[in-house]
Amino acid sequence: MNTPKVDVAVVGAGPAGLAAALAAADSGAMVALIDAGIRPGGQYWRSPAPGAGRFTPDTLHHSWRRFVDTNKRLDDLAGQQKVQRLAEHHVWSVERIDDGWAIHCLVGPEPRQQAGRPPVTIQARRLILATGAYDRQLPFPGWDLPGVMTAGGAQALLKGHLVVAGKTAVVAGTGPFLLPVAVGLARHGARVRGVIEANAPFGFARSPRVLLGALNKVGEASAYAAQLARHRVAVRHRHVVTRAEGTDRLTGVVVARLGRDGRPEAHTQRYVECDLLAVGWGFTPQLDLHLQIGCATRVDVDSSLVVTVDDSQQTTVDGVWAAGESTGIGGADLASVEGEIAGRSAAASLGVTPASARLSRLLRRRAALRRFAGVMHRVYPVPPAALDNLPDGTLVCRCEEVTAGAIRHTIGDLGASDPRTVKLLARPGMGWCQGRVCGFATVCLTARHLRRSPTVEDLRAFAQRPIATPIPLGQLAMPSTEGNAGGDGG
Amino acid sequence: MTGPAPFDITFDGEPIACRDGWTIGAALTAADVRSWRTTRHGQRPRGLFCGIGICFDCLVSVNGQPSVRACLAPARPGDDVRTQLGTGQ
Repeated sequence: MNTPKVDVAVVGAGPAGLAAALAAADSGAMVALIDAGIRPGGQYWRSPAPGAGRFTPDTLHHSWRRFVDTNKRLDDLAGQQKVQRLAEHHVWSVERIDDGWAIHCLVGPEPRQQAGRPPVTIQARRLILATGAYDRQLPFPGWDLPGVMTAGGAQALLKGHLVVAGKTAVVAGTGPFLLPVAVGLARHGARVRGVIEANAPFGFARSPRVLLGALNKVGEASAYAAQLARHRVAVRHRHVVTRAEGTDRLTGVVVARLGRDGRPEAHTQRYVECDLLAVGWGFTPQLDLHLQIGCATRVDVDSSLVVTVDDSQQTTVDGVWAAGESTGIGGADLASVEGEIAGRSAAASLGVTPASARLSRLLRRRAALRRFAGVMHRVYPVPPAALDNLPDGTLVCRCEEVTAGAIRHTIGDLGASDPRTVKLLARPGMGWCQGRVCGFATVCLTARHLRRSPTVEDLRAFAQRPIATPIPLGQLAMPSTEGNAGGDGG
Repeated sequence: MTGPAPFDITFDGEPIACRDGWTIGAALTAADVRSWRTTRHGQRPRGLFCGIGICFDCLVSVNGQPSVRACLAPARPGDDVRTQLGTGQ
């Protein structure tokens, strides 16, 4: 009964997963490519349905050509029954079976809407997790107002629907990702009143050799800068949004310059009218499945919890590889390279031997892109003082409506000495999103209060989820069907 | 290139124009609707936040089914979308 159906299952059809699936299938392995989305591409290569309007990928997507080619080759392999493409499959749990892995999925674009659809289980001898990441957030007064969105959310509306999330926008937070978001919004008709970047890019000048190893990244950045200039969008470095204002929806934000101590300077505050704030502080890797099966983790340069992998992208759990953002935030190019390495390695572990010449090129490329990612994280850190002046009344956990004051109370008055205890006492991270949004902030608030740095254990307390997506009980009770090609996305 | 014809859904009874392939969240956003849920404790308005199925802020009632993620649920002709209050029950 537990005979695995495929050689390699890949979870996630973004840059890493697509590359992994193709590499494994090219090596001769039978592959299942499982993805929650309707169309493949992940967050990075998200594309609209044909009915959404005129779509010109070149203006929105870098390396779109690589996506189209990879996707086409996977389609060809699917036609030869070498790849199963399973779109609209939300993996909620992975468990070890005799000779591999059982991957349990809920089916549908929003499975909550299809409560009558039985879950699906896919069995595989090897598992590659390419689950990507989502925007990392820091709370500030007013961030729960409608009209405040994650930078990635604004981008997803644009890429996936050609819908602009507001008429007048401010883009804020930190990191190079803010630039394409601002460019996309401006291009599609929003008035972008500024990119409010907490850091300054001068740190790159200290690492010229690393930049040489990733010249395309430098090119991308200058292209975005040129486009922002064309749309008359100013980038204000070392500035932050200190407050969002409005009663039932966003009407404006207060922007201030950061002083030398990393705190906003009161006399520099000014009000900027807008109906959209797209905000992000880097990304948080999606590790639900990795942690379910016991993969070892570490804290990366950007303070994110990431999965530990070896040179071939294998995790500390036998038979499981990880590629892309879950092993460290580094962007789509790095994700593709890691995916290819993982796909080849997973296939090789089943007795296929891919050519080695290409591998050494891949390893060199990965090293260069990782060095670049490391520099990027050092140039665009979350400012250490970012949450120091957070007013007690500000929500930290949006789901359970837990304030900064309630969290401080558990530490200062109740003696909580780690984020897990804070979570148990004040309930941040216990609601619908299971700490995905407030986890990082709660950890930072707690650690800062206790005058120490966040540890792996701190971050794991908010990343460990026995179930990766909320499941209606009725679906749990339903017998699951065996996986077979359902959608054509994946 | 033109896709299938646009259609309507309703939000609290009012028609909302929608294109094929849009999610309910995209349709509401395009119609300048920013919130469609109130929170359990503070009764605060919520709408799209993460936009990719992570945060569950955009929960809405669709054809009588509560707690559907508007950012993921594809809009279908005639969908009856309603503001969700508190726990959604």
